[in-house]
Amino acid sequence: MGKTLAEKILSNKSGVDAVAGDIVIANVDLAFMQDTTGPLTVNQFYEAGFSKIAATTKSAVFLDHAAPSPNSNLSNDHLTLRGFTDDTGTILSEVGDGVCHQIVAESLAKPGDLIVGADSHTVTAGGLGTFACGMGSTDVAVALSLGKSWFRVPESIKVSINGEFPLGVHAKDVILYLIGLIGADGATYRALEFGGNTIPPLSISSRLTIANMAVEAGAKAGLFPADELTLEYISRRGDEQQYQTLYPDNDAIYEQVIEIDLSELEPTISRPHTVDNTVPINEIVGTNIHQVVIGTCTNGRLEDLEVVASILHGKKQHPKTRLIVAPASRGILLAAIEKGYIQTFIEAGASILPPGCGPCLGMHQGVLADGENCLSTANRNFKGRMGNPNAFIYLGSPASAAVAAVTGEITDPREFL
Amino acid sequence: MLHGKAFKFGDDISTDHIIPGRYTYLRSNLPELAKHVMEDADTTFVSRVRQGDFIVGGNNFGLGSSREHAPLVIKMAGISAILAKSVARIFFRNAINLGLPVLICNTDAINNGDELEIHLGTGTIGDITTGTTLTFNPIPDVMLNILKEGGLLPYIKKYDDFKV
Repeated sequence: MGKTLAEKILSNKSGVDAVAGDIVIANVDLAFMQDTTGPLTVNQFYEAGFSKIAATTKSAVFLDHAAPSPNSNLSNDHLTLRGFTDDTGTILSEVGDGVCHQIVAESLAKPGDLIVGADSHTVTAGGLGTFACGMGSTDVAVALSLGKSWFRVPESIKVSINGEFPLGVHAKDVILYLIGLIGADGATYRALEFGGNTIPPLSISSRLTIANMAVEAGAKAGLFPADELTLEYISRRGDEQQYQTLYPDNDAIYEQVIEIDLSELEPTISRPHTVDNTVPINEIVGTNIHQVVIGTCTNGRLEDLEVVASILHGKKQHPKTRLIVAPASRGILLAAIEKGYIQTFIEAGASILPPGCGPCLGMHQGVLADGENCLSTANRNFKGRMGNPNAFIYLGSPASAAVAAVTGEITDPREFL
Repeated sequence: MLHGKAFKFGDDISTDHIIPGRYTYLRSNLPELAKHVMEDADTTFVSRVRQGDFIVGGNNFGLGSSREHAPLVIKMAGISAILAKSVARIFFRNAINLGLPVLICNTDAINNGDELEIHLGTGTIGDITTGTTLTFNPIPDVMLNILKEGGLLPYIKKYDDFKV
């Protein structure tokens, strides 16, 4: 009987011939935490009586959610986490290095790996064919010490993406459309496995965007089987480490197959206050936008900034709209400077934030006022998400966000192309 | 047996409803953090909840962030179990890892303020107010064993490993 990619990876890492529904104990290649989940992880690690990280598991701490720290409480949390990395030899990603999921993709994740992270968007690394899933602090603390965790092998939903992107439609529109189609719990406990004839040319950046939001449909993982582009991406980063690339079987059993024909897709927006509250953009054009956020683990990569720069070049932000740009990593920021994108953004009136999570989760760097609307390229629009329960968050692609920054309202990006 | 009053909520109660990201700076000060539990879903919850009470949700309870502080502050508020039609997976694991039961059942028949009696052993929920009895889905064995030890840390301290 054929296997899905999720079944292949969890079988390989557990040493058991496992199928969907089985509970396995599997070896974890990387376990990580960030600065909002890390202090509890460290507390649970020591509370359990642990002192060492498993020899077979890489570990990493990322200071990205509150970076640079906005207050002394969070500064002290950073101090705790730096101390933990000193004591255990854990990799430390410092303030300004970037968002954990981007750094994991740039330097740590490999196809066929099993990763657990104390952050729900750990699924991002699935863009490289990695089984990466979010867990809480106690699970990650135990995985750090034992080098393994328990997993229920998920059923898989195959998402077949076919055709070419129409002008003005991007990877973000595909994943928003999918979440709108199946709902915020449409893939709960399941893996989304992406395929179809669009995938071979689909950039790694776009795959990471789509995998990133798999969790917004409840999925445990969002998987793009590795191909030539993936292997080229991994080799380009100079990674000498060995890895075993695994592929789904042709006769794998999927719980459901969803077909997406790109030619029918339009720029898509999620309305407040749930991600699955989606609508084609033309149904809400004209909605006032007070703040535009471009960045995060969803859409803070160079490809995203290139789209934004091409729209903003020679233009100014609307006088009643604030534009905030946060590149996802230090490497992306440097590349965006070299290409002139950052200059374009600054000339357009944007505030440039250091690489990191920026205002996405409402701690700092762009908290909304009562009654304000924000159009963000991030992945969540829950009530209160950006620091104020009386504000409204819309989610869209970098192209949709960039045009709104210029017009001050939700605008169909195709009018600008 | 668990006994308390039902606090009823709707579908899609996210981890941001349960403990908003704007209070992240309080995460290393749990007693202060716990004062904001469920704030963005019901600002009066924290002043009305009593030891032993239940949170009763709809579909997809606990969606969103991996923050274990969400079930942690619910437990600190005195809640003895969460009942929902369905629950997001990270929240589910986190709650069980903290020894907080999450019971999957059809919550439509439970009203806000109903007095409930829950028997974990027999899998039944008695609604004393309405006089009805509900059953909840069996908790998967792997999670039940963790729950029986009071959470993942006591479980690991006892067994030094996972037993499946």
